[in-house]
Amino acid sequence: MAENVIDVKELWKVYSKKDIDLNVEDEEMVESLDKSSDSVVAVRDVTFSVKPGEVFIVMGLSGSGKSTLIRCLLRLVDISWGSVTINGQDVTAMNKKELTEFRRNQAAMVFQHYGLLPHRTVIENVAFGLKLRGIPKKERRERARETLNIVGLEQWGDYYPASLSGGMRQRVGIARALVADTPLLLMDEPFSGLDPLIRREMQDELVRIQEELHKTIFFVTHDLDEAMRLGDRMAVMRNGEIVQIGRPPEVFANPADDYVARFVQDKRDEIRKTDEQMAALAAQSEKAGTPDVS
Amino acid sequence: MFPEAFKYSVAKSVNSAIKWLLNTHGSAFDSFSSGILSLLLWVQGILVSIPWWAYIAFIALMAWIATRKIIPVIVLAVLPIFIGMFGLWHLALETLALVITSVVIALAIGIPMGVLMAEARYFAEFIKPVLDAMQTMPSFVYLIPAMMLFGLGKVPAVIATLIYALPPVMRLTCLGLQQVPRPVQEAALAYGATRWQLLKEVRIPLAMPSILAGVNQTTMMALAMVVIASMIGARGLGQEVLMAINRIDVGRGFEAGISIVIMGIVIDRITQGLAKRWDPNRK
Repeated sequence: MAENVIDVKELWKVYSKKDIDLNVEDEEMVESLDKSSDSVVAVRDVTFSVKPGEVFIVMGLSGSGKSTLIRCLLRLVDISWGSVTINGQDVTAMNKKELTEFRRNQAAMVFQHYGLLPHRTVIENVAFGLKLRGIPKKERRERARETLNIVGLEQWGDYYPASLSGGMRQRVGIARALVADTPLLLMDEPFSGLDPLIRREMQDELVRIQEELHKTIFFVTHDLDEAMRLGDRMAVMRNGEIVQIGRPPEVFANPADDYVARFVQDKRDEIRKTDEQMAALAAQSEKAGTPDVS
Repeated sequence: MFPEAFKYSVAKSVNSAIKWLLNTHGSAFDSFSSGILSLLLWVQGILVSIPWWAYIAFIALMAWIATRKIIPVIVLAVLPIFIGMFGLWHLALETLALVITSVVIALAIGIPMGVLMAEARYFAEFIKPVLDAMQTMPSFVYLIPAMMLFGLGKVPAVIATLIYALPPVMRLTCLGLQQVPRPVQEAALAYGATRWQLLKEVRIPLAMPSILAGVNQTTMMALAMVVIASMIGARGLGQEVLMAINRIDVGRGFEAGISIVIMGIVIDRITQGLAKRWDPNRK
């Protein structure tokens, strides 16, 4: 068990207006939670594990619980039931102090909306995690500068986030995560807000960084393309449950149910359409091309 | 008509409470009073020792830092000269000393209280009606007991100004902290910020524009209290206004009134400009 970076067992997360003490073995209680309009079961009985060096993708539509799931891993939201173990440490059982230490040293997170500090320069943002740990200014600036090189922002250190484009801001977000030098990287739809070309570029960049650093990456997305490009394994979520786990090509080839099939269908249609268009283009250029040659 | 049977008065008990305070804790109020008075006189001593042209230069400099435009600098630097021309310079300094002392005390209490309001929900629920009362209670109602407890003169004026000017900085500090975007706070927490680090590194700096708006509001309200404060013997521009009213000397009242307005405009424009400079979103 210790060889897994992430071990999640029977994880539940219920958002509720009232204080509730969830007991999933109490079927009546679960049923009443499902019916009640005061509570939402965001994550339901999720179990999975992630191996070292793996890029694990969680895919699902918005509202499927994937963002809540990634927040449970750092206990940014309280866990209602089940256990989360990361690098052999039981996150569920930690007290406040242990949790703070854990967040500082074991995992770093990249957010969809960047979460950069507007009143700090790029380099100060990158060094923020180190500052929280109490690392002296000189050392943290040095390390932040090195990391800015990795993401290609070495000249932007003294600018404020407001003067950067979305893609550049997310590079800062990634640099902030990398500089923490944690074994685990959590990414919550990091590229969803970027336009397609930049998104593509950032994905390539992530692949390159991963080849260099061999982190364990837990990556949340709603984009099948992204899952296929980046993932070693992927989990598909719907209504808080994991409906399928597997290698992306397997999921693509053998969707477990209608929901996954619909996800995959769009992609298949796209590929078929592109194939047809390419064929049509090829045929056209053959016709048009012949007289030119002669 | 409201039924006679339900008639009940608290006036007597309030009166005897004040009397009791006066009789049993009179010396405590006296020493508190002399503490504030010495702070006030110290501030006033410093202000009086500064030559008038130094004020003009200082205002011009601050206006330049705040606005970076030449016309506001000239206007803001020339306006105070009128106060001197009306022969009210010294009185204006006394008023300024009162305002500065009140504002410094108000900020020293108000900003931490505002932070506490944002951090502790129950405290906020408890303190909000108190703030409402402080702002809506007619000032004469607390001016008289303040005078009884702290004696005539500047000290009850400072207390009354505090009661009136404290709420805005508390409210705006609390509001600013509550409006810090969730994603930024979440990111800081994810990197292992403690509650204190979150407050110091993220929430207070991002709430700064709102906190400074509170400082501005508090200063303006303190200035608005000067006429009322002069009724209980605090000297300064308010006293001049009061005297002019008594003698139905419209012209003299106008000069003093305009001087207060000038002080208000200068302080307001400079603090607002500095607040804008501080705004992290403008960088």
